[in-house]
Amino acid sequence: MNAPESETSEAAVERAVHRSTPHDSAVLHVTGRAVYIDDMVEPTGTLHLAPGFCPDMARGRIRDIDLSRVRQAPGVVAVLTAADIPGRNDWSTSIGGDPIIAENEVEFWGEVLFCVVAETRDAARRATRLALFEGEAEPPVLTAEEAKAKGLRVLDDYGYGRGDVARSFASAQRRFDGVIRNGGQEHFYLEGQVALAIPGETGDMHVYSSTQHPSEVQHCVAHMLGVPNAMVTVEVRRMGGGFGGKESQASQWACLAALGARVTGRPCKLRLDRDDDMVMTGKRHDMTTAFSVAYDSSGKILAADIDFMARCGYSADLSGGVNDRTLFHADNAYFYPNVALKSERLKTNTVTNTAFRGFGGPQGILAAERIMDTLAIVTGIDPLEIRKRNFYGPGRDVTPYGQKVEDNILPELIADLERSCDYAKRRQECRAFNSKNRILRKGIALTPIKFGIAFTLTHLNQAGALVHVYADGSVHLNHGGTEMGQGLNTKVAQVAADAFGLPLERVRITATNTSKVPNTSATAASSGSDLNGMAALAACNEIKERMVAHLVSTTNAAPESVVFADGRVSHTGGSLSFADLAKSCYEGRVQLSAAGFYSTPKIHWDRQKAEGRPFLYFAYGAACAEVTIDTMTGEMKVDRVDILHDCGRSLNPAIDIGQIEGAFVQGMGWLTTEELVWDDKGRLATHAPSTYKIPTASDVPAIFNTRLWDGDNREETIHSSKAVGEPPLMLACSVFSAIFDAVASLKPGVVPPLDAPATPESIMRAVAFMRRSEA
Amino acid sequence: MRDSIRIVRRGRIVEIDDIKPTETLLDYLRLRERATGTKEGCNEGDCGACTVVIGEWQDGRVAYRPVNSCIQFLGAMDGKEIVTVEDIAWPDGRLHPVQQAIVDAHGAQCGFCTPGIVMSLFALYHQEGREGPPPRDEIVTALAGNLCRCTGYRPIVDAALAAMAEPPADRFVEAMPQTAGLLQFLADGQDVFIGSNSAFFAAPASLSALAQLVMKYPEATLLAGGTDVGLRVTKGLRPISQVIHVGRVAALRQIEDVGDALILGAGVTYEDAASAFADLDPDLGELIRRLGSRQVRAVGTIGGNIANGSPIGDMPPALIALGATLELAHGEDGRALPLEDYFIAYGKQDRQPGEFVAGLLVPKLMSNQVFRAYKITKRFDEDISAVMGAFRFTIDDGVITEARIAFGGMAATPKRALSAEARLVGAQPGRAASWGAAIEALGEDYAPISDMRASAAYRMETAKALLAKALVECAGAPTSRTRVIGRREAPEAEVA
Ligand SMILES: Cc1cc2nc3c(=O)[nH]c(=O)nc-3n(C[C@H](O)[C@H](O)[C@H](O)COP(=O)(O)OP(=O)(O)OC[C@H]3O[C@@H](n4cnc5c(N)ncnc54)[C@H](O)[C@@H]3O)c2cc1C
Ligand code: FES
Ligand code: FES
Repeated sequence: MNAPESETSEAAVERAVHRSTPHDSAVLHVTGRAVYIDDMVEPTGTLHLAPGFCPDMARGRIRDIDLSRVRQAPGVVAVLTAADIPGRNDWSTSIGGDPIIAENEVEFWGEVLFCVVAETRDAARRATRLALFEGEAEPPVLTAEEAKAKGLRVLDDYGYGRGDVARSFASAQRRFDGVIRNGGQEHFYLEGQVALAIPGETGDMHVYSSTQHPSEVQHCVAHMLGVPNAMVTVEVRRMGGGFGGKESQASQWACLAALGARVTGRPCKLRLDRDDDMVMTGKRHDMTTAFSVAYDSSGKILAADIDFMARCGYSADLSGGVNDRTLFHADNAYFYPNVALKSERLKTNTVTNTAFRGFGGPQGILAAERIMDTLAIVTGIDPLEIRKRNFYGPGRDVTPYGQKVEDNILPELIADLERSCDYAKRRQECRAFNSKNRILRKGIALTPIKFGIAFTLTHLNQAGALVHVYADGSVHLNHGGTEMGQGLNTKVAQVAADAFGLPLERVRITATNTSKVPNTSATAASSGSDLNGMAALAACNEIKERMVAHLVSTTNAAPESVVFADGRVSHTGGSLSFADLAKSCYEGRVQLSAAGFYSTPKIHWDRQKAEGRPFLYFAYGAACAEVTIDTMTGEMKVDRVDILHDCGRSLNPAIDIGQIEGAFVQGMGWLTTEELVWDDKGRLATHAPSTYKIPTASDVPAIFNTRLWDGDNREETIHSSKAVGEPPLMLACSVFSAIFDAVASLKPGVVPPLDAPATPESIMRAVAFMRRSEA
Repeated sequence: MRDSIRIVRRGRIVEIDDIKPTETLLDYLRLRERATGTKEGCNEGDCGACTVVIGEWQDGRVAYRPVNSCIQFLGAMDGKEIVTVEDIAWPDGRLHPVQQAIVDAHGAQCGFCTPGIVMSLFALYHQEGREGPPPRDEIVTALAGNLCRCTGYRPIVDAALAAMAEPPADRFVEAMPQTAGLLQFLADGQDVFIGSNSAFFAAPASLSALAQLVMKYPEATLLAGGTDVGLRVTKGLRPISQVIHVGRVAALRQIEDVGDALILGAGVTYEDAASAFADLDPDLGELIRRLGSRQVRAVGTIGGNIANGSPIGDMPPALIALGATLELAHGEDGRALPLEDYFIAYGKQDRQPGEFVAGLLVPKLMSNQVFRAYKITKRFDEDISAVMGAFRFTIDDGVITEARIAFGGMAATPKRALSAEARLVGAQPGRAASWGAAIEALGEDYAPISDMRASAAYRMETAKALLAKALVECAGAPTSRTRVIGRREAPEAEVA
């Protein structure tokens, strides 16, 4: 591994950063004292909401809803319909088309048509089932293929490329075509969507919302109520998981709670039942990806033509950004000299698909890895060797979107992992096993990731923080990011404690609140610590400068000599405790509060021309997975996983390892057990954990080694760290490739048509194809 | 007769007389006690966020088991201790070893699953006879009913290993004599009836009292472990107003070994039956290990699984293949019938008004009989079967002389494969050619449907594959070559 550099070597004193401190709420979590919105003490008179929908319509027009039985049901206080909305009836981020309560057109099964407000949650839920609907159902459009045939889109197609792809194909001697389908994915945050709205005097609204994007909830609620943003405050202390599912999707429920509060004048809480949550909120985009590849005799790609057809659901929501990011990752770590990429954003009568950890990247990377696996079979070259040959490298270092890959560490990283996991030997062992076993087959795969870090909508790359130092030397910290379990608050507190040279306990982080830090971006795109850590540091530095100036003016300290460490401030003339200096500053009438701001440098992106530098840097990693499949039933077990991942100079190694392992297992679920099934009437059949299976403890291999790559981020990021939330999810492609490898062993030379998720049935479909085909 | 229930809560007896028939334990905790440490993640028994631990006086000790409070009815808690996440740290604030280990191992991220995980591990911490850390497999099995979307579980498993390095030593061990006293005091043998004739929760304490009630209120919903009934309330929102809980009838919880058979009361839980069933055959033990989760098995009953009549219940096919007999009771009377005859059609069983399931007789295997059971699911643990196949072959001199085959997930009821059974007679497991016709005959026996768990085609192909697999294994193939999980040999006997 690389020698530890810079920051750690200078750090003789214990620093608050680069340390595995526990999550700031860890003790609260394990004792049940961490307060989530549904746990808050309810204000007297709080009412409860439950949304209602038409149980047998995925598409059509409602002529009439008879709500009389609903209104008469025990405990019901009000029934909200579209007519009650004073302002804008839309919760969408920007594009429109997402009614808070639909008026009469139904575009998917589960679209909210009314909302019951009742004395208890149970009463509200029961009442929703009493509505009677009249209307005409039309056959829903359910698949991307069908939508494409009918020309139904939520957004225009988009694509770009480089070189003369048609000529490359015409002149190439070797080529192949293929298709891979991937399913969507339900977020299954353990805490479902919830909001509590408390009406204030003169029409204000205070909304507690489990959201990754408090500013957007604020704007949606204000527009819905028809009041200025300044009258709405949104607050979130913590979420019980988000994963992208509370980026845009939290707004509708907050709007409904606020509407209930406006109509009744009482506090209103809406916590979705799990099944409603799964039916009514968006998921990861499922896609069908078709590709054609031309390559040379050494297995290097000459040209790639890739077309992603995404099922976006009934509205645009975040599909633009998601599908753009699919294209940004269609290369993963590989150089395509000539390339044509296309993305189609198709409109179906299903729930609107949305952000999910990776934000379109996983679908791009999955396609790139399938291309590599296919290349390995058609050339007969080892899949890892094929991957290495196609890596970005000197002279082959410009992505299809024109950004130069300047920080590529994959060759070294892969070599390290290949050694530590004993890839070559285990590959031989898998072969040997397969030669002796008819029913069971083993597969192994080592796959890389390269993931671009920054919001690709450039203006979102900004953040604010608010820091107060009190006269007793304690620090109050607030920033625009939200805590959903990823440890953001812990990391930002570490940054502040480090800046002031204080122990972590002296820094208090409180709930994210739109009245403290305004105009924030969503906590998304893995950017939480990159952006908010920098903003907090800017605020801390501003206060420190004032404190140093005060010190210099009151003592004979030389400004350069002042050091904040171990709770003290020392300088050439002596030292004093941080608290004493804070007190002295207060008495000296020095402002001890500052708002920090950060905007990511260097990045720019011209979507029209498809050029620029959308990303500040890339995060890298690789994983090796070994699996065994049963070729009679399609059952599959992951036997071992080894991961080596790049977090730059980690702010908190324990938290980062937690992100890596958690993301990997979540990605593994997406590609194996998690299957979304709609019936032919457009109803989601898998709307509960009884039918939708996320990984459980036994799905995680007993041998599961995770290491951090040792090296700084070469860009100037917060203490040279790298973002970690999303990238490792795609390490799970190694599991999918290993299953592919196991199936491929049945007939050398034949490419298994394995689709994701690789459920037993999906594996058996591929196995059956192998048994039918001639090598 | 008592018109209240009594539970032990934080060392004290709490008496509750205003329960609604279907009020859940979770609602009681969160809405009445305002103890919000216990979370609701799904409200249907599948995520484990609501896990609490119940303490019961059993075989001379206080036995602690995890349950899903979201689908447990409050009334069914009569006579039990309820332990929640708020209760287990020391009064001076020191964390419980399980809690401390999770903090140390960074085992909580968003923290929403954590209270449930803590309580599942608390139950494992108090597992009878535990002195050191259980094997990893057991820890993972104990966690199967607790979903965590954040951590990937590795740190949680590590925390469990660390927390259980030492024998139990927490405030519950210290309080054991007092707790035992309270629980024994609560076991008063009184029938419980709360409510009116039209809406009540009843928990008779004897078989005769139960029989009387069932005859008097033939429309009432019988409640055993509640792992099916609970969902009718929390998801189906069905207006159930009369509930008769069978769980307090000691006679229904007995397992008797009569030499060549096991006799089980209808109230025997999976957990109670696990070791006897594993002794009968390892595949039966593995089937139970994979059925639901520890929380479900702690209260879920085999009688309930049968009475529920679901075509995808796991026990009926296995028990039908074993040749089990079902016993029904009606007042003082009773009747017995072959288990397969109980399932008449989808949603229809051979149970008359006033009747209830009393028990089950399960013949053990004879020396010339081989048993195999396979459960096919998308996820190995805590998942409902797409296909569940069970086989009992009687083999004399290498030739099959009798076959009993039953499948779940292949028809509207758990159903025997009569054609395939007939065609297996005379076949030799070692000669594939001799049983090809039997495999094909499954196509006559079943016409499965497509749903979210699997397509009809996959179900049919897999049923055939499972029969073939059972035969290949009978012919001597070690399960290390035929299965990815649930192998029958000890690990060291596996062939590479
Ligand atoms: C998370 C979860 C996972 C599950 N996984 C599985 C699985 O893997 N495999 C599987 O087969 N099942 C599974 N189940 C279903 C359920 O656990 C089983 O069917 C269980 O055996 C039901 O038993 P119970 O005691 O909880 O029954 P209850 O819910 O109390 O009752 C079930 C039915 O039987 C009736 N009943 C109960 N006792 C009697 C009696 N003595 N006489 C007449 N009628 C009676 C009830 O009225 C009701 O109709 C799962 C359930 C959950 C919640
Ligand atoms: S809330 Fe999910 S199991 Fe009870
Ligand atoms: S820590 Fe978030 S679900 Fe487990």
